[in-house]
Amino acid sequence: MAAIAMTPCGDFRESYRADTTIFPTRLSRAFAIAGIAALCLVPLTGDRYVLSLMIQIGYLGIAALGLNILVGFTGQISIGHAAFFGVGAFASAWFVEHGAPVLAAIPLAGLATTAVGMVFGIPAARLKGLYLAIATLAAQFILEDFFARAQWFTGGVAGRVTLRPSLFGYSFDTDEAYFYVVLAWVALSFLAAANLMRTRDGRALVAVRDHYLSAEIMGINLTYYRTLSFGISSFFAGIGGALYAHYLLFVSVEAFTILFSIQFLGMIIIGGLGSVMGSMMGSAFMVLLPEVVQGFADALAGGMIDRALGLGNAVSFLREMAIGAAIILFLIFEPDGLAHRWRLIKAYWKLYPFAH
Amino acid sequence: MNWELLLQLALNGLIVGTLYGVVAMSFVLIYKASQVVNFAQGEFLLVGAWVCWWLLTHFQIPFVWGFLVTLAFMTLFGILIQVVVLRPLIGEPVISVIMVTIGLSIFFQALMKWMFGVFAQPFPPIFATQAVRVLGLEVQTVYLMSLAISLAIMGAFAWFFTASKYGLAMRATAFDQQVAQSLGISVRQVFAMSWAISAVVSAVAGVVVGVVNGVSSALSFYGIKVFPAVILGGLDSILGAVLGGIIVGVLENVAHFFDSTLLNWGNMYQIAPFYVLIIILMIKPYGLFGTKNIERV
Repeated sequence: MAAIAMTPCGDFRESYRADTTIFPTRLSRAFAIAGIAALCLVPLTGDRYVLSLMIQIGYLGIAALGLNILVGFTGQISIGHAAFFGVGAFASAWFVEHGAPVLAAIPLAGLATTAVGMVFGIPAARLKGLYLAIATLAAQFILEDFFARAQWFTGGVAGRVTLRPSLFGYSFDTDEAYFYVVLAWVALSFLAAANLMRTRDGRALVAVRDHYLSAEIMGINLTYYRTLSFGISSFFAGIGGALYAHYLLFVSVEAFTILFSIQFLGMIIIGGLGSVMGSMMGSAFMVLLPEVVQGFADALAGGMIDRALGLGNAVSFLREMAIGAAIILFLIFEPDGLAHRWRLIKAYWKLYPFAH
Repeated sequence: MNWELLLQLALNGLIVGTLYGVVAMSFVLIYKASQVVNFAQGEFLLVGAWVCWWLLTHFQIPFVWGFLVTLAFMTLFGILIQVVVLRPLIGEPVISVIMVTIGLSIFFQALMKWMFGVFAQPFPPIFATQAVRVLGLEVQTVYLMSLAISLAIMGAFAWFFTASKYGLAMRATAFDQQVAQSLGISVRQVFAMSWAISAVVSAVAGVVVGVVNGVSSALSFYGIKVFPAVILGGLDSILGAVLGGIIVGVLENVAHFFDSTLLNWGNMYQIAPFYVLIIILMIKPYGLFGTKNIERV
């Protein structure tokens, strides 16, 4: 928030309340609310392309936020996040199939995913670092196999068709209307996550990440908090997955691959580990990156480079390469992600024009 | 119960398992020397196999020369990856290191698809006879070659780590980096060397698999299959990696047998090792031969 510039000289935080506040000044709160209000106006521009990108950023951002709570705040790692995202998508479609209204199915899907996540979180309670990475890798493959196998839940190879939500007879069946549903969930999720970090539980998660032995000595139950973090992360993944299902109206069993999981990890690394806003920036980056690659390929189409390399046929590979390269380059050159870069920009303007 | 089929599958499993063992060994080599969990191990197989295939089909050179050029290329490739990508990350948290190898993995997978296409390409035939009979069972000649090469690599590893100066330097580094450094061992060189050796050995496995099944992006799945093998054997044990690889190879073939004759669940061939992986992680995370980590939570 640019309004940090309005903080008075000598910014002493004298109470815990002042220290943990989400918005340090009134102006920064106003900016946040104005930002959301501005987003509400996006559908009025009538640009379908921008709208579909924004909806994608929204539901991926919610799931990325969940992963960031697990990886960035608790210091666990999961290479199976897309599988949990998939559980959410299928669960929501399944609830709708069995008569639940769509708006109720979305949180129910979140809870169902939480349950699945907790089951896979049991090994997480005892494992850490690379062992956990490998365990979640196994979870990814087991769940992917389960999707292909469980006809009753996923519809098998045919996949599952689902509906757009409706409320009091009003159906959100256009992209414009659905955008508001996603926006509401995004605002709710980010507010919940930002507030979670101000509570005892949120601080406990950070303590587990920073030094688990000290945390345990201070009376934090490691098993409980590691499993809890897995559960919270799965809940957000489930919500994101459900929103994805009701946006695309079709869930395929082949959508939730390991590459998708890696994209989620890429989002939080690019956005910034341990940063709530970073999750959103990272998912925006990850959604826009393929579009930029496509744009470059289109711009070069027909030219000499295109003929030499055959870019036109290779755009899908170029996208994957761009994702891999982005992850590597960010880890080497900007390991704190876009959120850190944003903080630096704010700090620069705070002292402007007397930077020293 | 079709005993002959079961035996045939178990034999196949043994042969594929030794290949897993070789890949697992080169994975453990990197882990031991530089504490990096390499999720891009499968891409070493992929790159090696594609380079060798390209040399053989485009320049029509004999297999032996193409193979040697491939190994030289992979040495440089391994060193380059270590120096350019992994060296800046020394001292970073384990999540960053894991992620950077994952990034490498999808980058090279996509690059190979772009350069060589998505379809499996067969190697030019190397042996005149397709199959021979061993103890009454039909075995393809290339399988025998793969078994021989795998055993040769394992023997070479054993010699390298017990008798050669560089191997001993590597073991010393794995044991304690600071002590090794104080004894005049260049840890940088050891890191680069471990990546080079790992890349070369994986490429050999990649070429062997390519000769047997054709070269395709499926090769990179060997890099994933490595995880059940190394966890089963213990992450920092070379012997464990070999045994783990063989067990996983036999296990997936036997699972496939029971699946196709009795259970009809489908796809157990791919998934069974991962169930085993989860169980091992739950009850014995340091594996059969790994160093016991007393830090329990």
